[in-house]
Amino acid sequence: MAIVVTLDSSGTPTRQASSTLARLGQRSERAVLGTAFIVLLFVVWQLVTAFGIEPPILLPSPAGVANAFANLFSSSDIWFDFAASGEELFYGFALAAVVGIIAGLAIGWYPRLGYFFDPFINFLYAVPRVALGPLLIVWLGIGLNSKVALVFLIAVFPVLVNTSSGVRSLDQHLVRVARCFGAGDLKIFRTIALPGSVPFILGGLRLAIGQSLIGVFVAELLGAQHGIGAMIENAGQQFQTDIVFAGLLIFAAAGMVLTAIVRWLERRFDAWRI
Amino acid sequence: MATAQVTTLHDKAGHAASSSPAPDETSDYLRARNVSLAYAGRGNDIVHAIDRVDLSVKRGEFVCLLGPSGCGKTTFLNAVAGFLPISSGELTLRGKPIEKPGPDRAMVFQQPGLLPWRDVLHNVTYGLEMSGKIRGRQAAAHAGALLKLVGLSDFAHSYPHQLSGGMQQRVNLARALAVEPELLLLDEPFASVDAQTREALQVELLGICKRAEVTALFVTHDIGEAVFLADRVCVFTRRPGRIVRDVRVRLPKPRDEARLKPEFLAYVQEVAGVLGSAAAGKANGT
Repeated sequence: MAIVVTLDSSGTPTRQASSTLARLGQRSERAVLGTAFIVLLFVVWQLVTAFGIEPPILLPSPAGVANAFANLFSSSDIWFDFAASGEELFYGFALAAVVGIIAGLAIGWYPRLGYFFDPFINFLYAVPRVALGPLLIVWLGIGLNSKVALVFLIAVFPVLVNTSSGVRSLDQHLVRVARCFGAGDLKIFRTIALPGSVPFILGGLRLAIGQSLIGVFVAELLGAQHGIGAMIENAGQQFQTDIVFAGLLIFAAAGMVLTAIVRWLERRFDAWRI
Repeated sequence: MATAQVTTLHDKAGHAASSSPAPDETSDYLRARNVSLAYAGRGNDIVHAIDRVDLSVKRGEFVCLLGPSGCGKTTFLNAVAGFLPISSGELTLRGKPIEKPGPDRAMVFQQPGLLPWRDVLHNVTYGLEMSGKIRGRQAAAHAGALLKLVGLSDFAHSYPHQLSGGMQQRVNLARALAVEPELLLLDEPFASVDAQTREALQVELLGICKRAEVTALFVTHDIGEAVFLADRVCVFTRRPGRIVRDVRVRLPKPRDEARLKPEFLAYVQEVAGVLGSAAAGKANGT
């Protein structure tokens, strides 16, 4: 795609039109290349299965996976799985978001609170939190609570750490300006620290989505009746790889949709950024 | 001349400004007497920033503080703003000692310091919101009038990153003026804009200060800027800063064309001479 900057008679570049075109070109170039790889992957996948290089029990064909999808949605069981996983994800993520944002703001704003909690937070952050799963089941039982707790524990840290660092990195010059106008701590928090940390908070939420999905899967792996993760686990044990693939795609789709929502929010709040 | 103007806003907000004694035209508005300021620097060093500064400013005067870099003039400005406590001496505003920042003073820094997530209009209302003077629609109307004053009415709904450095600095100025300060403190506000914009802003600043009837304390290290703007140029020595000379600039206002006149050049030469000997370390008394 050629990017052309022409000069009009007065010698100033007429970049307005051509740069818009170029940008459009760049964007579609991105989309085309991104899609091309996915298509290529599908073609290779189809070829590998069509020539029988791998038996379907190890690698199902794309058609086989589509078929598995159709079968899954023909029975009502899938909706129980969706409901179970959705519930775990929703409660765990929502709790992580609320607690992470509030605690992150507090810890970022009050240095003493930071001194108090930081070592513990760093310790927990360093622990592979999925390892807490068995303990949570002992404490909270095999039901929804332990699963929500695991999702929460895994997802809360990116939100909390991002939020507190957002508050801590507030622009000291803006604080000086505000103080100059007689602003107290509360007003500085509300008008500078809070809006200044919104991009950090949204970044933390975006990371937390992926972490939450890991939490849901691991929690269901450790013992569950329903759930997409449990479905994958059961199908895997019975060598129903087509269903495993279908489950993976469901997880991926959930992650992509949720990330798209946060990205949309980020764009909305970042209107003032360059 | 400067008694009636500032009260309008205070009255609207129910803050009667009557508690302060009526300013006497002949008395000093801002007065520094033997003001010294030292603070703890790196290690165990004590930095003596300014040393026995004497200065008195009348209402409506435009005073430039001129001196070599790091001479303590900004420190002095910060003390007047109420950010830094003085070590010794007496620093009073309307006869009362300055202890903390107040709504009667507004500071314009070298960096515009605009809130990037607020549009221009709401950046101008920011000071009003913080000082709690007026808010909402009234504040917006007031801010709109100030944007007109600095010539940015068309940009009320732009965001800071969409403006040039000079325009951002005008917004900064409008924000400071919005709180209707009696004393405007400016810390090299035009140092980071290009030369042409700087001259245009200087002309505007003089007009604005006259219309808004504010007293101004302007820190700069640019001799031409100081002479162009000031009623008085106070020349500082190297650190610890002292005022070695108080040059009264008797150029008629408005000074839009003043730069071309021989008198202007004579003042520049005079001030440059003083500054040269001050910078050479001829600090009196130490």
